[in-house]
Amino acid sequence: MDESTKILDNVTLAAYIVASVLFIVGLLWLRSPETARAGNRLSALGMLIAVVFTVVDRDIVSYEWIIVGLIVGALIGAIAARRVQLTAMPQMVAIFNGFGGAASALVAGAQILSQNDTGDVEPVVSVTVALSVLIGSLTLTGSLIAFGKLQGIVATQPVLIPIRHVITAVLVIGGLATAGILIYDPNLEWALIAMAIIALIIGVLIVIPIGGADMPVVIALLNSYSGLAAAATGFVIDNPMLIIAGSLVGASGLILTRIMTRAMNRSLGNVMFGGFGVADSTGGAAPGATAADRPVRSVNAAEATILLGFADSVIFVPGYGLAVAQAQHQVRDLADMLKERGAEVRYAIHPVAGRMPGHMNVLLAEADVPYDELKDLDEINDDFRRADVAVVVGANDVTNPAARTDRSSPIYGMPILNVDQARSAIVLKRSMASGFAGVENELFHMENTMMLFGDARASVENLLSEMKEL
Amino acid sequence: MSIEELLLALAVFVLAIFVGYLTITRVPPTLHTPLMSGSNAISGIVIVGAIIVAGSVGGLLGAILGVVAVALATINVVGGYLVTDRMLRMFHRSDEER
Repeated sequence: MDESTKILDNVTLAAYIVASVLFIVGLLWLRSPETARAGNRLSALGMLIAVVFTVVDRDIVSYEWIIVGLIVGALIGAIAARRVQLTAMPQMVAIFNGFGGAASALVAGAQILSQNDTGDVEPVVSVTVALSVLIGSLTLTGSLIAFGKLQGIVATQPVLIPIRHVITAVLVIGGLATAGILIYDPNLEWALIAMAIIALIIGVLIVIPIGGADMPVVIALLNSYSGLAAAATGFVIDNPMLIIAGSLVGASGLILTRIMTRAMNRSLGNVMFGGFGVADSTGGAAPGATAADRPVRSVNAAEATILLGFADSVIFVPGYGLAVAQAQHQVRDLADMLKERGAEVRYAIHPVAGRMPGHMNVLLAEADVPYDELKDLDEINDDFRRADVAVVVGANDVTNPAARTDRSSPIYGMPILNVDQARSAIVLKRSMASGFAGVENELFHMENTMMLFGDARASVENLLSEMKEL
Repeated sequence: MSIEELLLALAVFVLAIFVGYLTITRVPPTLHTPLMSGSNAISGIVIVGAIIVAGSVGGLLGAILGVVAVALATINVVGGYLVTDRMLRMFHRSDEER
């Protein structure tokens, strides 16, 4: 490469190597909560090094607007990070994914526009511009829709547009065609713009049919896309820092996506295109009617407290309902009280409980629950049969024993928490409405299950005051 | 980019994916949310590309796109690292006094 067109000098490259090592060590330190915080700081230090050495690079000619962009972005980011409720972390991560995708698409777009002004665009550049703009744009709108669903602005039920598969297929073909045209002749700016618009629409169409409980998969996948878009942009501007960091994030998101889909025993294709949970979108009328025909044992807080107060071993099973009711602090108070009475208390966390990977763990950490009391599915599932009481707080499908036995159930084969094997179960729930999958939960009708109806937070508060009397 | 440079860039890409895979499979489920927000901050690395484009690309349109990209990527970086730190601060063991 000619010296004058060389994008990076050697000092900057060396700084990028240091930054890459810091990112990787930072991620390695995430393997334990004890080192995780330091790891995050190492990663941030890597980012600082990468940014500083890029800014002082000799090819940067105008600083004014860069500084404006940095200040505006830093202010918004810092305020958002301070203000966000931890129950709203899924939304925050969703919208940040979108911003990352958008930034990658903009950089790639700006680069090809400027190269067109100065001369030939190499095929590597036009191909990777197409990739970056396609992935980045659909990440933006997909993330905005996911944000809207999580925030309650967009309907959380799957929205199924008629012939949506046909529309999506036509748009995908259109996107690939415009990408082909752009690669053939990078000077055709209309092709770039058309491709971006098509990708923006595809992003909306693929996320809008996906229901709330499948959001952990969507967020993990969009996380991966934001990384891959950054990596593609790295090829566009021939910058190894973007390729390395983008690939790390791309791999991370893909691993999480796979963990989430495995925890639901579904394929990624089924999550994205299956229209799962549609039965629920009718308001749950049909499943509700059948549920009413079968008896459940409804109890009040006093009855539940008698059971809890004399238990030696209690397992809490939190779900999205815990986040909605913001009941994490009350649950922890209840756990403390049980421990004072000599009971062993643990928490069973299903991988897809909540709206993003690890959602429940963060909420319970906020309420000062020690992380060694949080057990994942494999760790705790055999212990349910030795537990006196399992307390289900706002979880549903992940406790349904039909997943083990009923071949006709839509959730058959999904790994579930063995709540039904505990000596007794207390289920805190608003009503008998079925869960996301639209199927009735066999657990609620079992002999040793007690239903404590009401808002999760109010119910736990009632349990607390009853427990004080005991 | 010559063929040699392209192959080198592809090698970097493939190796980084492998390193990411091996590193991230060791992250326990309890830290999956901080992992996502932290990797979100890392994907803000495109800030580097945005600075290069905003600072060197000629033309008003290129500059505007670049500055918007700088702002968006900075939100990711600053917001991502800060919120991850806020979350990780809360994790503690049962035998640790706070």
